[in-house]
Amino acid sequence: MKLTLEFTGGMELLFQGTKKVSVTLPEKVTTVKTLLPWIRDSLLKSKPDMFMQGDTVRPGVLVLINDADWELEGQLSYELQEGDTIVFISTLHGG
Amino acid sequence: MTAESPDATIERLLAENERLRQRLSAIEGLSGPRIDKTALDRSSSPNDTPTRKKKAKLSRNDIHRYSRHLLLPEISVEGQLGIVNSSMLVVGAGGLGSPACLYLASAGVGRIGVVDYDEVEVSNLQRQVIHDEERVGLSKSTSATIAMTRINSQIECIAYNYLLDRSTALDLIKQYDIVLDCSDNPPTRYLLNDACVLAGKPLVSGAALRFEGQLTVYNHHGSPCYRCVFPAPPPPETVTNCGDGGVFGPVTGIVGTIQALEALKIAAGVEPAYCGKLLMVDAMSGAFRTIRLRGKRKECVACGDGATLTGLETDYEMWCGMKANDKTQSLAVLKQEDRISVDAYNRVRVAKTPHVLIDTRPLVQTKICALDNSLNIPIDELESRLSEVEEAVHAGQGELPVYCICRRGNDSQLAVQHIRTKFPSLAVVKDVEGGLEAWRRKVDPEWPEY
Ligand SMILES: [Zn+2]
Repeated sequence: MKLTLEFTGGMELLFQGTKKVSVTLPEKVTTVKTLLPWIRDSLLKSKPDMFMQGDTVRPGVLVLINDADWELEGQLSYELQEGDTIVFISTLHGG
Repeated sequence: MTAESPDATIERLLAENERLRQRLSAIEGLSGPRIDKTALDRSSSPNDTPTRKKKAKLSRNDIHRYSRHLLLPEISVEGQLGIVNSSMLVVGAGGLGSPACLYLASAGVGRIGVVDYDEVEVSNLQRQVIHDEERVGLSKSTSATIAMTRINSQIECIAYNYLLDRSTALDLIKQYDIVLDCSDNPPTRYLLNDACVLAGKPLVSGAALRFEGQLTVYNHHGSPCYRCVFPAPPPPETVTNCGDGGVFGPVTGIVGTIQALEALKIAAGVEPAYCGKLLMVDAMSGAFRTIRLRGKRKECVACGDGATLTGLETDYEMWCGMKANDKTQSLAVLKQEDRISVDAYNRVRVAKTPHVLIDTRPLVQTKICALDNSLNIPIDELESRLSEVEEAVHAGQGELPVYCICRRGNDSQLAVQHIRTKFPSLAVVKDVEGGLEAWRRKVDPEWPEY
């Protein structure tokens, strides 16, 4: 399955500045719950705590599934679809 | 050589005096009227806000001044009356608060309160467009109210020159209709959220960093609150402030201006666009993206079904693990024997004692200024560039001592820790305490401040 991943709000700094990437997932990755550790283990180079805590994203990260808050789509249990765009946003605090 | 007669001397001196007077007045004219900063630095307490009488109709002057609003069918007379009869509290007179205040004052918001504990400094002027050189050193809240009153003398502007905390927030917010979160740190953001939920006020929230901005309207017409979306605070090490990460000036202008726009729409009785939605601005790619947020979270402790929030009992700074300001906090992870003062390190340099100096700042900062003969290995790259450290240590006779330096002395301590773990046999690995900031303060006053 092919997906687009996006990282913004500073999340991209964990991924060498990559803001957008197309990925082909192995068969066993079918939900957001399995997608998160896959990203951590295959795309992240360092600082896994800055991305995940426990089995979910760390506090202060908002996940979007096709431009909607993942809470509207079932969060971790969302079943990934071919062509989905998943966005990871770090919230900003500066003013 | 012939001597000048006494009369001629007097005449020459009088003429010179006159020339100097004229030059002096020209110079004073350039800098404009002097502002007596101490006289202006007043501040109001939450309890002395005067009550305003609501206007039943617009005056002839109002009609003239706000005619471009009155011509809009969506605003019209009713909408503008809503604006002039409204009161708004702007928390933070920085990059976001500056443009927000300018537009709120121009639009005629009847009463505008500005809260900020900080003073105007030169490095603010790159984006905080409500302040100016003349008002450097003045409290930001006072500076903002001066600028707003100059734009519109018909409105009431109130400066609150203190840090908003849980003892003052609720009383203050209760006196205003709409709150704009233009603050710069998580503890203040959670505090404002909770106070707005308790007082039932809409919270127009904005944030900016680097080339990005975010904006949403919390706690209004069924939209979620900040805690619904972010129930737990971010780990402090993931929070970057503008003073470390940088921020492109106009990005704060865009976000702060849209905050004013949304607040004015609420006051005018028009549904805001970002209720339950999040605007994300990426000024680099030019993308403005709006996403749908969740509704209120049933389990939210602030606004959910079984909400337990009854007052501002949380210690917000403790809960977030950081102070309610955007100043970088100093770490102390090393023991004193692993640190060296800037004065002692200066003696090492003056004596030309062979050593390795590792500058752990990001490359972009070393372009601003760097000590001669330093080796730049940004902290994030240290792990992958350890071989360069090893090489440098053995570049001379025997093993050279290693010193690590950064901007403020935080990352350099982490670097020392890391190098110590990887090369436990090295005799000297020390962090230069307080970094280049301390170097500027104690050793080299000419060193740039950024
Ligand atoms: Zn809530």
